[in-house]
Order: sequence, then structure tokens, then C-alpha cells
Amino acid sequence: MKQSVTVVQDEKGNFGTMVKDFAIKLIPAMPKWNGKTLVRKVLIPLASIILFVGLWHVGAKALYNIEADYKIQKALTDQGQEAADQMAACIASGDVSCQPNTLPSPAQVWTSFNTLIADHKAISADKAEFKAKTAALNATREAEGKAPIVYTGRPSFVDQIFTSLKTVFAGFLLALIIAVPVGVIIGLSTTLRNSFNWLIQIFKPVSPVVWLLLVFMIVKTMTKDSDSDSAFIISFISVGLCAMWATLVNTAMGVATVDKDYINVAKVLKLGPIQKVFKVILPSSLPLIFTGLRITLSVAWMVLIAIELLAQSPGLGSFVWEEFQNGAIDSNSKIIVAMFVIGIIGFLLDRIMLTIQNMVSFNKNATA
Amino acid sequence: MAYLELKNVSMTYGRGANATEVLSNINLTIEEGEFVAIVGFTGSGKTTLVNLINGLLKPTSGEVLFKGEPVVDTSHERGVIFQNYSLLPWLTVGQNVHMAVKEAFPKASKKEINARVEEYVAMVNLSPAINKRPKELSGGMRQRVSVARALAMNPEMIIMDEPLGALDALTRGNLQDEILKIWSKDKRTALLITNDVDEGIYMADRIIPLKPGPNATLGPEFNINIERPRDKTELNDNLEYKKTRNAIIEYLMGIGEERKSASKKVYELPELTPKSFVA
Repeated sequence: MKQSVTVVQDEKGNFGTMVKDFAIKLIPAMPKWNGKTLVRKVLIPLASIILFVGLWHVGAKALYNIEADYKIQKALTDQGQEAADQMAACIASGDVSCQPNTLPSPAQVWTSFNTLIADHKAISADKAEFKAKTAALNATREAEGKAPIVYTGRPSFVDQIFTSLKTVFAGFLLALIIAVPVGVIIGLSTTLRNSFNWLIQIFKPVSPVVWLLLVFMIVKTMTKDSDSDSAFIISFISVGLCAMWATLVNTAMGVATVDKDYINVAKVLKLGPIQKVFKVILPSSLPLIFTGLRITLSVAWMVLIAIELLAQSPGLGSFVWEEFQNGAIDSNSKIIVAMFVIGIIGFLLDRIMLTIQNMVSFNKNATA
Repeated sequence: MAYLELKNVSMTYGRGANATEVLSNINLTIEEGEFVAIVGFTGSGKTTLVNLINGLLKPTSGEVLFKGEPVVDTSHERGVIFQNYSLLPWLTVGQNVHMAVKEAFPKASKKEINARVEEYVAMVNLSPAINKRPKELSGGMRQRVSVARALAMNPEMIIMDEPLGALDALTRGNLQDEILKIWSKDKRTALLITNDVDEGIYMADRIIPLKPGPNATLGPEFNINIERPRDKTELNDNLEYKKTRNAIIEYLMGIGEERKSASKKVYELPELTPKSFVA
């Protein structure tokens, strides 16, 4: 009897140290690992996640009940007691045809997530099979100078994530290429700054939707004779134009407010104008430029969803819109899955930018 | 012909009703190889004077002549050590000096430039810190980098704008000695701007007080006839030192009094009688 008790205690102790070791491995930068940091860094965030999911569950349940009661009540007033009983039974049985359409619960969202992953696997397999099947045919077609046969099936959720990322990076690069040089030039000259200020101030607050329409007007005409993917071109240009203002304003401000001491150094060393820009002005405004770029990237990601939705360009935005139009039983939970994916990717993009910013700038203490 | 000459130089900031004349009627001549100190209160226009001499500013009226030629722009012949170090924070110590050397000797080979950078960093005893950024250095070390940067360009004249103003007393003393040691090697012309009379007497051949602005102008000059190298502890017992120091301080304090009494506004004080807690 005594022995067994000690064994249990031993096991408990071992399990505790195992958890501790594992946690230390997870977060290697932690200098000291004690109970206090465990509570602060792991348990409290974990508790907040559980609380969030719990509240969500309770809230979804309440909304579900309201919707269900309304349905039964409606059946009662419209068709009488019998129809109402039927409706109540139907809802209780979980039949697809009469489910209340409302905020999905966490469990439903998790199921939809798994469905989407399974769907992606199925589509990938299908694609691979198609590729294998058409490989020989495509080789002969290529030899004859004809265009190869491509897979035209529907894209999976994961494919759409990558399409969105591609669009956002293209838009971000466009913003970078336009905004940084223009910002530097505007920042260097007070005259230019004054003369372009109106343009920046007027176009900065314009909604992404309007930018999309403007770009559409231009690109539609320009790509009339080519068979290029105009939806992609329209959406990435619109994203770039919407998002570039933060970088433009920040770059101009950074360049215009370079510490006077550094300018004096450049003058005393007699640096040429180009060297002055590249060796003194740009490095010293880099922290502000990067702050602008970070805002640009997060704005780009945010407007991308709206623009894809409108431009009918494939991606997460159109996924959300199609699911909403679709109105299937799990459409709502798929939309919530997309919401989390969008949020997490946005967060990761911001972290990546922050890391790059800390790597390239002398101002090492930039924080979120 | 004087090496550096300021003729009736005036400097006005602003225009019209807002115009303030910071410096007026500055006349100064510095001979080659001289070490001149200008002492003045903070806000008396010392930095403006320095910027006029190094070419960052142009005088409103009058002339600044360097070797007989008017100063129109900055020049590698006049090295500047700034008050707040002005090191570029994104470059290391070596890179900061390298940038200056490369500009001053555009025809030199990479090897020569690197050798020169190392030489001057070593001269200010910072070789171990050559790959560190200014942020990682103490104030004294930063100012030494600034000194190395100015001297590595091999200027004919060194202009120091309160180079030691932001340092603590001990570091200050050390750096004074280091600057003097470097200066005594080839006796370049030097102009030191400072707010510390003792520092001026210890380092310079000649001290000129700057009457505080607006309308700052140079006062009578004081020659320091103390043999070099000077010893700081012995200096305290040196009669010449005491006499000059007292004369300069008296002059500067006199200006201070004058400035105070120059204000004509009389403030009316309220009539108050202290309350007695005894009765």
C-alpha cells in the first residue's frame, strides 16, 4: 500500500518536470523558468483563449435558440400546432433542411476547418492525377506548338490563401516601388512637398472600392487586346494604390525631418547630393520608412479581401463572398474559418515586417 | 596675412520685426598654429559663430576670410568637432571614420583608407571598439570618435564647438589632455569654443570672451603665458593662471551683472507681512 502511494507521487513529479522541460524547449529565449513566468506566459493566455471560446460557444448557442424559437413560432402562426411540432422535431434531429442559420459554434467551425483541409487534399490529389494523365498529351502538344492543357477545376481553400498572398505581395511591391522613391523626392524638397500635398491629402482617404473602379476603368482598356489575367492585375494594382499612402507620407516625413546634426555632418564631410541621400538621409529615415511599410502591408492585406470580393479575382475575399452567396449549411462556419485564417496571416505578415525592420534599422528597439 | 580673419561679422536670424541680431561686429584674427579659445555663456551665440567659421552659415554682413579667401562653403581644410558628437548611429566607429577619410582622400586606395581609419581610431584609443556602434559607447568614447573623424581628414584647422560640454568632469579632464597631446604633435591651428574658463586657460594660447547675445560681440582678449605642457595640479598654484582666471571671470561676471541690470522693468512686489506664530 505504502509503495504504491510513493510510485504515484514519483510519476506525478516526473510528469511535472517533463512538462517543464517541454515548455522550456518551446520558448528557448526564456532566461529563468519558474512558476510565476509559467502562469504569466502560458496559463493566462491559455485561459483567455478558453474563455473566448467558451463565451463564443455560449453566445452561439443563445443565438441558435433564438433563431430556432422564431422558426417554431413562425410555423405555429403560419401553419398551426402540427407544423410547429414537426419543425421542433426537425430542428432537434439536426436535419440539414431546417437548421437555424446563425453564428456557428466553435465546434462547427472546427468541423468546417477539417472539411476544408480534406477538400484541399482531395483537390490536390485530383490535380496530380490530371497532371499525370495529361503529361504525355501535353508533351506532344508542346512539340506541335500548341498551348498545354491546364487544370481548370475549382481552387481549394489553401490554393486561395496562396493566391491572396501572391496578390498582396504584388500590391505591396508596387506600393514600395512607387511610394519610397516618390516619398524621398517629395521629402527632400519643401516646394515639391507643398505642391503635392493636396494630391496626397485628397487621395489618401479614398475608399478601396473607388480605387478598384478607377483601376478597372484604366486596366480594362489597356488589356483589351491581351488575354492576360486582368482580374489579378486589377486587384493587385488597386491594393498597391490603396496601401501606398502610409509609406509615402512616412517616407516623406522621415526624409524631411532628418536630424539637423546629420545634415551638418554631411555638409562638413562635403558629401555629394547622391551620397548624402544614400549614406545619411535614407539610413536615418529607415525606421520611419519601415513603420510606413508595416502599415502599408497591413492595409494591403485588409483591403485585399474587399477588393477580391468586388473584382471577382480568386482568393480569400472571393472565397468569403462565394460562401456567403452559397448559403450552404456550413457556409457560415467556413466564413468564420476564413476570418481566423485572414487574421492569423495578417498577424504573421506584421511580425515578419517587424523582424525585417529590426534587422535593417539601427533603431533596435522598435516594438509592436 | 592672418590665417583666419573675421571682419565686422554680423549675423541676424529672422526678418523684419522678428529679426534678432545674434552676433554683431565680430572681429577676430587667428594666426597659423595658434590655439584660441572663445569663452561665453550658453545661448550667447557661440555655435552660430562656429557655424560661420566652418561655412555652415553665411554672415548677414561682414566677411569671414580663411587664408585670405572668403569662406563660402564647408571645406575639408577646416575639421569640425561638434558639441553633440553627431556620429551616424547606423554606422560603426570604423565606418564613421571611414566615411570621412573616403571623402577627404577620394584618390586614395582602399588599403590606404583602411590604414588611415585604423591609425586614427588607434590614436584615440578606441581600437577595441572599432566595430561597435555609437549607441554602445559612453559619451567620452563617442566624443573621441568624433575627434578621430575630424582629424582623420587631415584638416589644417580644427574647430571645436564645446566638444566636452556634455561630459562629466573626470572624462572631460582626460579628453582635454588627449586633445592637447594630439594637437601638440603637429600644432595645427585650433579654435575651441567652450563655456568653461578653466578649460580655456588650460588648453589655449589666447582666450577671448564672447559678450552674450543678442548682439553678442567679442570682448578683450587675454593671452595665456603659461609654458606647455601644462600641468593641471601645478596650474592651481600658478600666479599667472590665477590672475588670468580671475580677470576673465570678473569680466564675464561683469557682463552678467550688466545683462541683469539692463532690464528696466520694475516688478511691483505685493505688500506682505510675515505671520507670526509666536504670539
